[in-house]
Amino acid sequence: MKVSITVSINGRAHTAEVEPRLLLVQFLRDVVGLTGTKIGCDTSQCGACTVLLDGMAVKSCTCLAAQADGCAVTTVEGLASNGQLTALQEAFWNKHGLQCGFCTPGMLFAAHELLRTNPNPSPEQIRHGLEGNLCRCTGYQNIVRAVQAAAAAGGRA
Amino acid sequence: MYAAEFNYLRASSLAEAHRLLAANPGAKLLAGGHSLIPLLKLRLAAPPAVIDIGRIAELRGIARRGDDLRIGALTTHAEIAASAEVRKSAAALAEAAAGVGDPAVRNRGTIGGNVAHADPASDLPTVLVALEGAVVAAGPKGERTIPAAEFFTGVMTTALRDHEIVAAVLVPMATRGVGSAYTKFAHPASRYAVVGAAALVAVNKGTCAEVRVAVGGLVPHARRASAVERALSGQPAEAASFAAAAARVRDDLGSDVLGDIFASAEYRAAMAPVYVKRALAAAAARAGLA
Repeated sequence: MKVSITVSINGRAHTAEVEPRLLLVQFLRDVVGLTGTKIGCDTSQCGACTVLLDGMAVKSCTCLAAQADGCAVTTVEGLASNGQLTALQEAFWNKHGLQCGFCTPGMLFAAHELLRTNPNPSPEQIRHGLEGNLCRCTGYQNIVRAVQAAAAAGGRA
Repeated sequence: MYAAEFNYLRASSLAEAHRLLAANPGAKLLAGGHSLIPLLKLRLAAPPAVIDIGRIAELRGIARRGDDLRIGALTTHAEIAASAEVRKSAAALAEAAAGVGDPAVRNRGTIGGNVAHADPASDLPTVLVALEGAVVAAGPKGERTIPAAEFFTGVMTTALRDHEIVAAVLVPMATRGVGSAYTKFAHPASRYAVVGAAALVAVNKGTCAEVRVAVGGLVPHARRASAVERALSGQPAEAASFAAAAARVRDDLGSDVLGDIFASAEYRAAMAPVYVKRALAAAAARAGLA
């Protein structure tokens, strides 16, 4: 039996009838059409599917779409406004914090979560904070530099 | 991976959750989903209905109740790790919660779901057994309190009865001169405990007056390490005593040590004294600070 849900995604309400077993990440990608959020491991380990749910980083492969009913979700498509990148996005660009880019949307939200709880992390704290996100290109050095640069710029969003 | 089909039901109160459980035989409860959803996706569980209890306000929050902290079942690992009250009064629990999975997992996973799931590689059961905590189970006719040592009965098996819901976890608050700690050998991908050790040590004039130790990760369910406890009781709170007592953990492990492709039973058993020793030393150091 399908359930009706309404989820605010990047500030816009989306209502749909979904199967209860539909995952939030599948809702974002296949129903709403926002494919910036990636599916990597599908087992809550790689972090490629990380989004903000009511302001907190969560793995959208381990959340039913029905659980997000009435909640606010931010995906990577909702970060820049009018072409203006956020401080974290800018830092990932400047520091070459990505290679293939597959892990980047999740990395941005894991970094956002870290800076939300610790605005001035040490490199070690950054590595610890990003431990739930895997970069298959192993480009971690520049990802850490990017988060440091964003923290120095005082911007997490 | 797609779960088998199920009906999704949402309860807004404990009473409603009990009504839905009674009306839907075989239904599973969903809180943060970090134990149940992986099982559903692997189709290791295929319940006809899933009852979402994640929005029941009465199951949230951390409060003092007598000599215990009462931690509502829906309290997340992140909330427990960040709680000044838990860090002060049950340091091992805060430490274990801070090491569950990763930050995004800790934002969703709950203590109630964790204990009800009873994964042998889980961290919190080991701490609750060592601290002599308890699980508050709410049935249709009222609550009962189950000591942690009796709650975990096997691999993913608990003393919870049909139609009971984990409402809260009780943890005794540490008193002056008592410290606790949790250490683990974490699996590098999942952060689950390959070997986990929790210790509580009361230090009086440099001597270990009371010692409680539990191990997890390498046995079917968290259990006390009484040989270690006996070996350290009355001994000086120093590195040599911790190492000598920790070596006795082999006597506590029994013949049902778990092994898998990542770490054999022999390897885990060899690592257990290392983590027990570290937990004892950290707990004793905190006892000195308290």
